[in-house]
Amino acid sequence: ALTLLFAVGQCGNQVGCRFWDLALREHAAVNKKGIYDEALSSFFRNVDTRRAGDGPDIYKGKICSLKARALLIDMEEGVVNEILQGPLRDVFDSKQLITDVSGSGNNWAVGYKVYGFQYRENIVEKLRKTAEHCDCLQCFFIIHSMGGGTGSGLGTFVLNLLEDEFPEVYRFVTSVYPSGEDDVITSPYNSVLAMKELNEHADCVLPIENESLFDIVNKIHQMTNSGKLGSTVRQNSLLTSSAGTAKTVQEKPFDAMNNIVANLLLNLTSSARFDGSLNMDLNEISMNLVPFPRLHYLVSSLTPLYTLANVNIPSRRLDQMFSDAFSRDHQLIQADPKHNLYLACALLVRGNVQVSDLRRNIERLKPSLHFVSWNQEGWKTSLCSVPPVGHSHSLLALANNTCVKPTFMELKDRFMKLYKKKAHLHHYLQVDGMEQGCFSEAISSLSDLIEEYNELDATKGGLRTDTSRLKIAV
Amino acid sequence: MSIVAVQLGQCGNQIGREVFNTIYSDAHGTHGLCSKKENEAYHDACAERFFSEAQSGVPVARAVLVDMEPKVISQTLSIAARSGHWKYDNRSHFCQKQGSGNNWANGYSIHGPRNKEAIMNLVQKEVEKCDRLSGFFTIMSMAGGTGSGLGAFVTQCLRDAFPTSFILNHVIWPYSTGEVIVQNYNSVLTLSHLYRSSDALLVHENDVIHKICAQLMHIKQISFRDVNQVIAHQLGSVFQPAHTVEADIHYSRNPLGDLMEALVPHPEFKMLGLRNIPQMPENSLAYSTFSWPGLIKHLRQMLIANAKMEEGIDWQVRPPCPGSTVPSSHSTNKLLHFNTSIANLVILRGKDTHRVDLGSFRDPSLYTSWLNPQDAFNAWKSPRAFNKYEKSASLVSNSQFLLKPLDNVVGKAWNMFASKAYIHQYTKFGIEEEDFLDSFTALEQVISSYTNL
Repeated sequence: ALTLLFAVGQCGNQVGCRFWDLALREHAAVNKKGIYDEALSSFFRNVDTRRAGDGPDIYKGKICSLKARALLIDMEEGVVNEILQGPLRDVFDSKQLITDVSGSGNNWAVGYKVYGFQYRENIVEKLRKTAEHCDCLQCFFIIHSMGGGTGSGLGTFVLNLLEDEFPEVYRFVTSVYPSGEDDVITSPYNSVLAMKELNEHADCVLPIENESLFDIVNKIHQMTNSGKLGSTVRQNSLLTSSAGTAKTVQEKPFDAMNNIVANLLLNLTSSARFDGSLNMDLNEISMNLVPFPRLHYLVSSLTPLYTLANVNIPSRRLDQMFSDAFSRDHQLIQADPKHNLYLACALLVRGNVQVSDLRRNIERLKPSLHFVSWNQEGWKTSLCSVPPVGHSHSLLALANNTCVKPTFMELKDRFMKLYKKKAHLHHYLQVDGMEQGCFSEAISSLSDLIEEYNELDATKGGLRTDTSRLKIAV
Repeated sequence: MSIVAVQLGQCGNQIGREVFNTIYSDAHGTHGLCSKKENEAYHDACAERFFSEAQSGVPVARAVLVDMEPKVISQTLSIAARSGHWKYDNRSHFCQKQGSGNNWANGYSIHGPRNKEAIMNLVQKEVEKCDRLSGFFTIMSMAGGTGSGLGAFVTQCLRDAFPTSFILNHVIWPYSTGEVIVQNYNSVLTLSHLYRSSDALLVHENDVIHKICAQLMHIKQISFRDVNQVIAHQLGSVFQPAHTVEADIHYSRNPLGDLMEALVPHPEFKMLGLRNIPQMPENSLAYSTFSWPGLIKHLRQMLIANAKMEEGIDWQVRPPCPGSTVPSSHSTNKLLHFNTSIANLVILRGKDTHRVDLGSFRDPSLYTSWLNPQDAFNAWKSPRAFNKYEKSASLVSNSQFLLKPLDNVVGKAWNMFASKAYIHQYTKFGIEEEDFLDSFTALEQVISSYTNL
């Protein structure tokens, strides 16, 4: 089952770039013989580039030239150009790129209405061409940020478009939300306008907050440099590391943070790509974690953050991994799932972990977690035998939990601060197709969503009464 | 007569491989502890039942492998082939790329009809390889999307295409705490549908087998492989050749038919539980001896007290005394401690089976009153030791064994249904709320029937 990745905007493409790099590293570690296998095919095509023009896809045998199943979209050229000049240049061909020069001016309306309209046909055509190479397309991934103009506006335009053109294919969106101190003043507008689209057209959203990524980067930095650890840390095991990848240039500040997001996507798809005793496909994520269509925001956490070299992992350490997944400082947004209400939870385990380890830890952690009354045992689990590079095991936890509410409420507050004063509104309203209604609808959509979480929270800790069963006449 | 196995979904395929492995190594093992003649008869009966001969001389399992994604089948085929002892027919598998997404509706309403022809063609080919077909043995989990949904659909197709063959569904009940969040929905839909087309459902619960692995097999880090091997052992103990009639020198030719005749007198009662003792780590086998009276006594009490394994049996539970009035009104919420049986089948394998006294299983107080006690109880025997156990006793029981687990699953599913959670995922693929209600009704009926035994 194949996935098609859309990297939209500056953030989206920077993260995307890290993703492809780490994906290649991961597959190289597993695929020693250089055979183009089922696992690789989920992200990459295998193309014979010796032939002129569009070489035919090679479905079996040795790896010839790997091409990412992706579309890189940006309304500025800087980031995409850098990718095309960098070590990953051969992973993309020109037909996978859609760029422009002037950017979206941090304006959702420009991204969505102007560029969306302008590039719609182009995107559809390229999308169809890329989809042609996929004999079984299961999932679209969109990576973007919410606060700017291109990722936010054009990104959600693409989301809409995907639903129109391929309604059957799952749409997963990894969205980087702006923090309170974001230097883009209009980021609340852009985010809320984008949220409406996510509410209505995404199957699953993985919200990410830069603050959380930053905290994790710092934590790793502290731990590895403090000398506290008895043994050396395996460099390539750091969640933030680019070690062993094609990237040889001095790491830029965002690289460490982007690597975390890239690892999130790798771990999310690992059980779909590699063998395991309990597989989990991407469509199972949506099925199990989305009990009601609009409540599709999943808080993610990754552990461990690093591995110590040459250490045998006793099961105590393994259990620590499970505990960490539920701690607030491992979440990729500023949220505390432990003290809020779970609708559903998924544990995607990789490496040398067996079902008894899973069960033991679920039993251990369950009492301290609050699950909604109709889903007291709302756990979805998977076991993938292949661990990430540098680790013997790892865990990705996905939580559908009311702890996302504060993020959304803060977003709403920041939006209202601007909106009440009508600050910068004219930049949006002067765009063709934008009107005041777009704003009121968007904030309304967000408010409704927050209200749904409120209602669920109200049930927390309440008495659980079982609904009476059907009675059969004897 | 031969049995064609249909392995459905990840669970079905993983277990199926362990089952064929166990059957093969048991039949070819040197621990038979019986005469050469007996050995050969056993070996031949087993081969006819489960394997066909290929030109290469390597036995080919009579199986069709079905899954909606390729990884597990690919692994199953290659591990079997690598063993060098037996393999699957390279053409007897069907897979797609996409999986069923743990969605019963997707498995049943989409994958089923779409792939019906291809799958049934494979089944037909396997059937044609058999001189005579006893019937089908399907292996599936209730929790996911393919085994459960597509499995229910395929079972229906088998029933339609082979109206006179027996169908036994081997159904795996998931761990009660989350393998899959929508497992209770999937289970309710599966069970209600299977009940219509199948002859009997033989159930294994992951929780129970897990306990056996932990407490009896002393396995520290239990993997699904460990669980599957215990399941395979238990299934092998039932389906390997046995003599069904006292002093009959031939092995039974119709294992599925015999099973149904012994255990399923009425179509309302199709749920079969399985117990096998003793169960222990392989390296302890050489040092342990058991007596048949001891084993029979334990097995009987396991039946009466509804114990899942030979440790922790409640010896206080007794069958009602003959002549005493059993309360005629049982509220559906009160679950009886004593496990009433409709019919039981005991299978004994190994040393001195001809001398075993099974009178205690014929005690009428164990059973409902509909059948004569002679008809309610059957025994199969084989002098050949099974899977390295000098003595092995299995109990296949049509009783209230599964009443509580069934009630739990339905209860949890109903609670979730009341909140309408996840329903949109099913309606998307054509299973409506009404279909759920039909399934709930059907299962409440089954629960009621078993409760009022």
